[in-house]
Amino acid sequence: MSAHSPRLQVHTSPFLRQGVTTPGLMGDVLLALVPVLAVATYYFGLSALLVVAAAAAGAVGAERLLGPKGAIRDNSALLTGVILGLVLPPGLPLWMAFLGGVVGIGLGKLVWGGLGHNLFNPALVGRAFLQAAFPTALTTWPVPTGLPGLHASSFAAPFLHGEVDGLTGATPLNLMKFAHEATPLADLLRGSVGGSLGETSAAVIVLAGIFLAARRAFDWRIPVSVLLAVAVFSGALYLVDTGRYASPLFMLLSGGLLFGAVFMATDPVSSPLAPRGAWIYGAGIGILVVLIRTWGGLPEGVMYAILLMNAATPLLERIDQPRAFGRGARRTIA
Amino acid sequence: MMIGAFARTFRHGIHPAGHKEATEHLPVERMPFVDRYVMPLGQSAGAPSRPVVRAGERVRRGQVIAAPAAFVSSTLHSPVGGTVVGRGPGHHPSGQLVDALEIEADPYDPQRLPAGEAIPWRELTDDEFVTHVQHAGLVGMGGAAFPSHVKYKLPAGKRVRRLIANGCECEPFLTADHRTMVERAADVLRGLEILGRRLGAEEAAIGVELNKADAIAALEREIAARPLPGLPVRVVPLKVKYPQGAEKMLIDAVYGLEVPAGGLPIDVGCLVNNVGTLASLADWFDRGWPLIERVVTVAGPGVARPANLLVPVGTPVRAVLDHCGGLSAETREVVMGGPMMGMPLASLDVPVLKGTSGLLAFTEVETRLPAEYTCIRCGRCVEACPQFLNPSRLARLARAGRWEEMERYFALDCVECGSCSFSCPSGIPIVQLIRVGKAKLREQRAKAS
Repeated sequence: MSAHSPRLQVHTSPFLRQGVTTPGLMGDVLLALVPVLAVATYYFGLSALLVVAAAAAGAVGAERLLGPKGAIRDNSALLTGVILGLVLPPGLPLWMAFLGGVVGIGLGKLVWGGLGHNLFNPALVGRAFLQAAFPTALTTWPVPTGLPGLHASSFAAPFLHGEVDGLTGATPLNLMKFAHEATPLADLLRGSVGGSLGETSAAVIVLAGIFLAARRAFDWRIPVSVLLAVAVFSGALYLVDTGRYASPLFMLLSGGLLFGAVFMATDPVSSPLAPRGAWIYGAGIGILVVLIRTWGGLPEGVMYAILLMNAATPLLERIDQPRAFGRGARRTIA
Repeated sequence: MMIGAFARTFRHGIHPAGHKEATEHLPVERMPFVDRYVMPLGQSAGAPSRPVVRAGERVRRGQVIAAPAAFVSSTLHSPVGGTVVGRGPGHHPSGQLVDALEIEADPYDPQRLPAGEAIPWRELTDDEFVTHVQHAGLVGMGGAAFPSHVKYKLPAGKRVRRLIANGCECEPFLTADHRTMVERAADVLRGLEILGRRLGAEEAAIGVELNKADAIAALEREIAARPLPGLPVRVVPLKVKYPQGAEKMLIDAVYGLEVPAGGLPIDVGCLVNNVGTLASLADWFDRGWPLIERVVTVAGPGVARPANLLVPVGTPVRAVLDHCGGLSAETREVVMGGPMMGMPLASLDVPVLKGTSGLLAFTEVETRLPAEYTCIRCGRCVEACPQFLNPSRLARLARAGRWEEMERYFALDCVECGSCSFSCPSGIPIVQLIRVGKAKLREQRAKAS
């Protein structure tokens, strides 16, 4: 008997692969965002869902129409849209959220050459665009209303400025900056405070972050270094003058810091690859956040802090070449 | 496992599934003799051997059929008693046609290999010892098939303080070294003793991964039973991680020493030998048996009856697979060696070589090319690379044809272990791109000189 002779293929080694795929990684992050979205809906009502859906539709639509063929399969545009939606105010007119998604993908990603080539986090490019184009709408924070919570402003017609509806309130950071009033930490942990959709419940975001770190969906060093830098820097300020500066716990739990540290600073495309670079990058974000919040003109600084460190990423990569094995080693002496 | 937390290892690397269950408990069985054997003259690094037999000549099993053509060149012995059919082009597993000797087995030859006289290795000069090893046809049996005597010829002023036996067998599926350690622990230690004494080593270590508990136990029993005065030998249990069996990684794992880039283990006072090579060294000096057969693991989902076989070098792959019940209809690819660094065969009519550690049959599931996406800079390849390179960057440069830049990022340090391709979620053939770049760089160097 002779061996059954199949038509043999000739590939190249290795013939084994670990099972994780890029769309799967994006899927992990999307999965981690589900509870965040659920909490946002619980506090802000159906408008929250609609804003996220509109931003996602804009992002996916832009990728589909303008992106490379088949690029939609990698789930990255959907992820960008959902993240963008979650950093917008709950009552934002839907057409603005949609436009933000289109600009985030178009100017934030596609003009750079598509996934993997962009310098900045696309979702933040979308948000920065909206902030510049519609400053009032982007800083109007409806107070948490609970379900069903449909805001009339959601359905404002494009470019015809509707009245901002219902009750609006200040975010904890606004209160701190302009009224010098601290929000109870328990409210921050629960998320029953004004703010962007996703920046509300600290507890849920931390859990999502732990899940993603365990799945190795992102570099854990980045959120850890961001939060450490904020804690250390704001802690030092607090020790100098407890009356003038916010406590480090308030700094950590308020605003978009946790959401930004877990979901936005960790975008692998726009953050450094090597461990040391990741530490520097994260620390830079943390320091910038405290600087902007404490002395800047804005109550919140997470967006600009991340965008600035995105811009520094190529530089960090250049100066932080990992040491190759057996080159300049500490341990070559027998 | 408690001990696992404290075991040593190298830095970076990957954790592929072991897939060793099918064969790790199967004793080595002898592959029956077949009609014809093909011995490529260039089986190891260096110059091809020079034939010393003519067509039609009768040869005994173990008789020299080709002599070394240079210092970096090895000896070939007939794997069977029979007749030299002729010399001509034969298919090498790499797919190339190479110069080879073909031998027809004599069906009436009992194919016995009586133990000869032991060689008084202590009395040899260093050069005589090296020549002896060359005559044994000994090459590295871990896969690279580098002539062992070249390794044993130490450069002036260098000495081997630590001798390391490589029992990692970190490639999935393969269990040939595992079984050698379990069944021939005494010979492995005898090889260590001979080599350690000859090279003047101060100590010897056997690096074995923790998934081979019975091998660790067998070696430790043997060490306890026969201590070597002046040459302390110990088994170093290692965490299960790929590519721990790569020389430089093993030295890092066992002694925490980094071999300088472009350097050799001897630069940090170490010498590494595969456990199978050491057992064969003992065969030569104690019994006069040259390297004419080796243990091959036949496994993979396409093989009917997985096995660890003692196969004469030169046996056609087809015959070995037939002996294991043939290939399933689902088989798409046959790989010589391990799944991470092995060589896919274009034809089954190629011989088993001295460096053949395994024959693996893979189906559609293992060979399907992964869907490819763009690099999202996730960094998994960087965390995997045991040489601390940035594989994603090297792959990008290779795609762009920027070879010189690849050299600046130490592309030539790449050991081609494939950990980068294994870990890439975007399915990018990273190691293959780097291989192309390295080949281009060597081409340019050759042209320049």
